[in-house]
Amino acid sequence: MTQQGVRWTADQVLALAPDALSRKAGSKLGTAGPWSEAGCSQEGAVWGLCKGSGSKPYQTVVDIAGAPGPAYKCSCPSRKFPCKHALGLLLLWAEGDGAVPAAGGAPDWAGQWLAGRRQRAQEKRAADAGSPASGSADPEAARRRAERRAERVTAGATELEQRLADLLRGGLASAERAGYGLWEETAARMVDAQAPGLAARVRELGAIPGSGPGWPVRLLEECALLHLLDQGWLRRDRLPDALSATVRSRVGLPTAADGPPVRDRWLVLAQYDTADTKLTTRRIWLYGADSDRTCLLLSYGAGGRAPELALPVGLALEAEVSVHPGAGQPRASLGERIGPAAPAAIRPPGVTTSQAAARYGDALRDDPWLDAVPVTLGRVVPVPDGGSWQLADAEGDTALPLSPAARNRPGLWRLVALSGGAPVTVFGECGHRGFTPLTAWPEGTGEAVALC
Amino acid sequence: MTATTSTTPAADGITEDEATAGTTWENLVTTALLGTDRRAPRGGAGREAPVALLDAAALETVRRRAGLRPAPAAQRPEPAAGDPRPALPPAAARRLTLLLADRPGTGGGRRGTSPDLTELLPQWLAAANARGFAAPPHALPALLDAARARTDLRPAALAFAGPRALWLARLNADWRFALRAAPSGGSALPDLDDADEVRRLWEEGLFAERVALLSTLRARRPSDARELLTATWATERAEDRLMFLDSLRAALSAEDEPLLEQALADRSRNVRATAAELLSALPGSALAARMAVRAEACVAIDHTQDTPTIAVEAPPECDAAMEKDGVVARPPAGRGERSWWLGQLVEAAPLGIWPRRLGGRSPEEIVALPVADGWQGELHAAWCRAAVRQRDPRWSRALLGAPSTPEAGGPGAVSLAERAKLLGTLTAEERAEWVAGFIAAHGLSEAFQLLGVCGLPWAPPLGRAVVDALNIARDAGSYPWSFSGVMGLAERCLDPTEAARLEGLLAIPDEHEDASPGAGGYWSEAFQRLVTTLRLRATMATELTPTGDAAPYGA
Repeated sequence: MTQQGVRWTADQVLALAPDALSRKAGSKLGTAGPWSEAGCSQEGAVWGLCKGSGSKPYQTVVDIAGAPGPAYKCSCPSRKFPCKHALGLLLLWAEGDGAVPAAGGAPDWAGQWLAGRRQRAQEKRAADAGSPASGSADPEAARRRAERRAERVTAGATELEQRLADLLRGGLASAERAGYGLWEETAARMVDAQAPGLAARVRELGAIPGSGPGWPVRLLEECALLHLLDQGWLRRDRLPDALSATVRSRVGLPTAADGPPVRDRWLVLAQYDTADTKLTTRRIWLYGADSDRTCLLLSYGAGGRAPELALPVGLALEAEVSVHPGAGQPRASLGERIGPAAPAAIRPPGVTTSQAAARYGDALRDDPWLDAVPVTLGRVVPVPDGGSWQLADAEGDTALPLSPAARNRPGLWRLVALSGGAPVTVFGECGHRGFTPLTAWPEGTGEAVALC
Repeated sequence: MTATTSTTPAADGITEDEATAGTTWENLVTTALLGTDRRAPRGGAGREAPVALLDAAALETVRRRAGLRPAPAAQRPEPAAGDPRPALPPAAARRLTLLLADRPGTGGGRRGTSPDLTELLPQWLAAANARGFAAPPHALPALLDAARARTDLRPAALAFAGPRALWLARLNADWRFALRAAPSGGSALPDLDDADEVRRLWEEGLFAERVALLSTLRARRPSDARELLTATWATERAEDRLMFLDSLRAALSAEDEPLLEQALADRSRNVRATAAELLSALPGSALAARMAVRAEACVAIDHTQDTPTIAVEAPPECDAAMEKDGVVARPPAGRGERSWWLGQLVEAAPLGIWPRRLGGRSPEEIVALPVADGWQGELHAAWCRAAVRQRDPRWSRALLGAPSTPEAGGPGAVSLAERAKLLGTLTAEERAEWVAGFIAAHGLSEAFQLLGVCGLPWAPPLGRAVVDALNIARDAGSYPWSFSGVMGLAERCLDPTEAARLEGLLAIPDEHEDASPGAGGYWSEAFQRLVTTLRLRATMATELTPTGDAAPYGA
């Protein structure tokens, strides 16, 4: 593979930025001016010296072939990650206009760090190959820990059942008056019970009474599904194995990716972040060109940092991916990467709106708590529908309404502009709230356009 | 989406099966709202009432969700018109995304070494338009947002955005401005060859549509536009008459004179003044001739002095005929009546009369003549306005004088603002040369206004003069932000090929004793920024060079 082949686009580089400010600062540094001695290597490293306000230029190195994501090193004092210098250097490199020429070897200051990384990666691979069960030194102690945790979750679920019953005995109308505090306290109890999945659902219940018309219906739905999850946990021994695994993961018990590694050319379908005050969650959807499967990578960033894993939309990478347990679970972990991400002409095959809705219905059989499934719609047209929008089949009279979340995003207008009233291919999440578009392709051969 | 069979709209667009599930579900919701203490759920024998309710609700919820179906498709919009222009080269498309992502008002002002991308967007758009590229569709929302925020960008941004942007603007109220501002009013204008349609729109159209129609027609067939206007002139409202009359400014010709003469008798004073102004820009018009007679009566050579001198006798009164020809009788506060009238007469009189009147002298010789009794300022200022209005380069040159004269830099008879306007009547080359000479003689502090009227990119002598002057300013030990205006102009206007010549200025110079503390470092930073911006502009131009394999967007 040639170095030119793996250069990213500016969009892909900017997707790595931890926040809007870094994005802006980085794009200003993406010009030849302040840089000197920049270069890149066949092995996927980029380096350069960036002149700052001080007398000594900053030394910036990026290992773009790093696993699980690019790795950065910069001598600047910034605590952002990647810092603006790393972003600027990658932008300069992405431009490919000779400002970052391919070089045989890195200068010493960059080479040492790169060599260290390569060596550690090799050692880790060797260690993994040598002792697959490393880490669980005492299986008996681990089993006892798991048992104690299960007991606490059971206590939590029982208490939650009691609270749900009390709520319905008094009526949902009172929930509107009770306000947020009631649910916050209950959520805290679920955190104590080490059931983060239950805690998150309880917290969402608290937001429903303020969510506008129709809230009683939504509140009853979510209470009922939470009740179903409690009951599933309390009777997990009697469930089929796959459903039991789904319940465990929904309750929030950690699961390890234990599926067999699937090696494929994975197209990056979408990447987007959701954030609360403590944690940024990044979701990355991948599509396997040969296996025809779609899976989800999750990555977290605490305390305002960007999650470490970053994969530019529209690129494809050859890699191994292992799925997590549970029937129909899309969640997977990225294993070994065989090559760096590179532009690819892969497009997921599209389905009609009816097939998309049916897919969601089918998926509920394996996981009744599922909000949406990943779907690629082929040949659909964005159509205004009153105050909202829908995606209508180009051939046929049916359409999927856009989800409330999707209606207010700027990406909606990128989608409408891309279509111009003509059919497009759209990847997104399809569920009971509607369809949330995440990426679109124009007819013909155009590049993927990120909508989130 | 809809559930298994037909349709009762409920929350989130979900509709459900009324015949069976609907009643069950509605029952469940009602019970849940009231509470099982008040209303017992049906069924669920052997369990507590709330648990039975939750069981039933869970079943119904999953059933409802699993049964979701697509909704009927709404009325589709007409597809956007195709854009036959070729697609941007990929590198240029990425550059556009970067330029649009850099929003004004978020940066730290004019400091640091990196370019201000928002300042480069107008130039990028002009270059892309000059090369006839189409905008990438997915960039249109950002482009429209940028044009919405900055009116100075609108014409270029909308021209680049093309027909799909207008299609998009009809779907989003935030972008309505694009429909109003679109060149030729978007697709609303009829075929200009269709005389009936043109007349219908002129008679029935909204004001904005009529203005758009008139100015478009005026640009292509000036006489047709005039006929349209003459036909309905008497019935138009005063403020509309003013707007319409203003459209004649484009392609003004002697054939417009009858209509303008008629407008001199208009009820509205503003209409009269505009008509007079336009007529005086036609040196062959009857009004210009009348003004010539009046002006000539006031200005003469006084041969009684040792050297020939211009003597000025301002008009004694402003009679009705003068007023009818657009002379404003009442002066603004603080100005004498008679000098006010004189200024207006000289301004409106054809410049061609003066050599004949003043002894066969050339404009240069006339400007050099002494003027008696302190009338020089008034007279020269009026000639300046006349030269600008009549777009007369000979008189402009004469009034500008040599750029190196001491008076050119300080408060002379002709102010800097007037000089800038006079420069506007000269060719780009002559303008650049004059300003270069001015900067070489007087430095940068007065040059900002003059630089603003120079063509882009700056011609080599002008660029060199600016860089040399900046270099001198640095050596003089001041801070670069005293010159931030010129620095900003240089970033936008200096020819990118000049970047190499700036290399020598990037180093931090040794600090003089009398220099402002740290100034050298700031200057180095400012020059770095200038060089970086020039390089970026050169790269941008390269990226916009067509590669030949580009395909058009749209069908």
